[in-house]
Amino acid sequence: MSLLASAVLAAPAPTPDIPAPTIEYGLLSPMLLVFGIAVVGVLVEAFVPRAHRAAVQMPITLLGLAGAFILTIVVATQDITPASGQGWGKLAAMGSIGIDRPTLFIQGTILILALVSTFMIAERRTDEGSFTAQAAATPGSAAEREGLLAGATHTEVYPLVMFAVGGMLLFPASGDLITMFVALEVLSLPLYLLCGLARRRRLLSQEAAVKYFLLGAFSSGFFLFGAALLYGYAGSVQLGAIARAVRLGPGGQYATEVYGASGQFAQVTVGSNALLMLGVALLAVGLLFKLGAVPFQSWKPDVYQGAPTPITALMASCTLVAAFGALFRVFYVAFDGLTWEWRPMMWLIAILTMVVGAVVAVTQTDVKRLLAYSSIAHAGFILTGMIAADAAGLSSALFYLAAYGFTTIGAFAIVTLVRDAGGEAGHLSRWAGLGKRSPVIAGAFAFFLLAFAGIPLTSGFIGKFAVFQAAIAGGATPLVVVGVLSSAVAAFFYVRIIVLMFFSDPAPDGPAVVVPSVFTSAAVALGVAATLVLGVLPQSVLDLADQAASSLFVR
Amino acid sequence: MELYVPILVLAALSAGFAAVNLLIAAVAGPKRYNRAKLEAYECGIEPTPQPVGGGRFPIKYYLTAMLFIVFDIEIIFLYPWAASFDRLGIFGLVEMVLFIVTVLVAYVYIWRRGGLEWD
Repeated sequence: MSLLASAVLAAPAPTPDIPAPTIEYGLLSPMLLVFGIAVVGVLVEAFVPRAHRAAVQMPITLLGLAGAFILTIVVATQDITPASGQGWGKLAAMGSIGIDRPTLFIQGTILILALVSTFMIAERRTDEGSFTAQAAATPGSAAEREGLLAGATHTEVYPLVMFAVGGMLLFPASGDLITMFVALEVLSLPLYLLCGLARRRRLLSQEAAVKYFLLGAFSSGFFLFGAALLYGYAGSVQLGAIARAVRLGPGGQYATEVYGASGQFAQVTVGSNALLMLGVALLAVGLLFKLGAVPFQSWKPDVYQGAPTPITALMASCTLVAAFGALFRVFYVAFDGLTWEWRPMMWLIAILTMVVGAVVAVTQTDVKRLLAYSSIAHAGFILTGMIAADAAGLSSALFYLAAYGFTTIGAFAIVTLVRDAGGEAGHLSRWAGLGKRSPVIAGAFAFFLLAFAGIPLTSGFIGKFAVFQAAIAGGATPLVVVGVLSSAVAAFFYVRIIVLMFFSDPAPDGPAVVVPSVFTSAAVALGVAATLVLGVLPQSVLDLADQAASSLFVR
Repeated sequence: MELYVPILVLAALSAGFAAVNLLIAAVAGPKRYNRAKLEAYECGIEPTPQPVGGGRFPIKYYLTAMLFIVFDIEIIFLYPWAASFDRLGIFGLVEMVLFIVTVLVAYVYIWRRGGLEWD
């Protein structure tokens, strides 16, 4: 009888009960509410008659997002001390989810921006809404015409958006790489689907969905590969444990408690630095893809152009905030001790992102593609703040994200209103003379463009000022020089559009501005108000971002 | 070494079973070839030749496959839970019920929206 067989045949020791994990439902309530509403939305789709679905979905979605925002504030006002005794926050759900001040700021921003995006999704006066009547019908077929005539709409959009927003809330809060990957997929999969649901130019929309899906799946693969290598290095996927392994260095040993076997410890030996460096690089590819940093930006113009404009607004605001939140958490918590290693890489990416975003935008002729390149350039500006890797950098990036989110949603809301016979008038030449026909709409759009350019008295100026200030304090002056120069290039094409709108003669068959319902009006008005208030009286939000960033991420 | 003998015996038995069956089918089976018999798979859509432009894929296959995956995943989680049901206690039961209810919501959606009707 060999040793193996005797071990198998030995009477098993009585197995103890597996201890139930502790889950802090209160801290997780905003996410649980959003996911719960999404599930309710699916049931509404199943049981409510077609005619009433939109009328039921829209209020529960808006109430769910508003309720989750209130819950976020309730969580933020509680007094929570982490295990380390310093700062504010807690690792919830057995270390899988980190709830702390920066995360709550990011989650609150996502919820508000998602609420405003949902206003645009609920708009029905532009062409019966922005979403296709029947996504499964071939574009241009009899089945499609049938669906259009029957007035069908895809109210599944609401639960899909809620699932995506739930994933976005979880993404920056993830305390380990597995949770982060699941959150990445939960936020991405509904977005892939939503991208293909545009009512007009459906082939372009479907193309956008396929491109986003293929490239997104590819970047998810990079993320997973990086996570696997980091697990090989640190012996754990927890961000805090990876940070500890980085501090110990290759060959260092630490003991970790075996879950479910109280008092038993396993010895972990930290792996080689090659695993770490490859892991950091691959993980960074996965994260930088989602925020569209150069050289991972190629999907952004195509997807932003093809997707239904409310979904583009959601992606340009909420997804960007969530992706940056996750990037901050990974690089500030797990790779905290590696700042000198990852900083040169991020320098290069930030410079490329700013320059390519600004320069390529100059040649764009489609307004949604232009806003996409503008979004790429802005991601570069936020990266300069992130590179400072301190509380000031984090705070400035948080402020920038909130300010930019409102402005970009407002800009996309106006894009949905300027329409001609073929739907949204995408080509910039069609926007000529808009200021003479609809001065209010053109004026609001010009204001958003000035905010993108970073003109004083807009939130864009305060945001840029804050990130550049943090970058200079962090020793990244060359980066700021590049940032200012590419801002100047970007200002050129923003001003060119303003000139086009106000100082050209309108074409006789030019697009008309649809009179929107209260929803899109609210999105535009909130965009203008937030851009103005954050530009003139930014102090309260700056203080909030400072307060959020000062306690840093819990580990 | 003697530990592996049953595995070797099982491998020999299954290889022999397959070979004998093929032989019997070749010798005794009637041979009436038709188009379906010559396909790589006797069901589903024809893999080749592709129609011009890629063709349209019947959505029913996709729905069935999705439904299969949903329940496949559910079973993957149910097995380990069932194996240590007594050790996981009330918490495990509640979590499992929550999980099954969530999967059930997807099922109810497919059922109510006609995803289970083939024609």
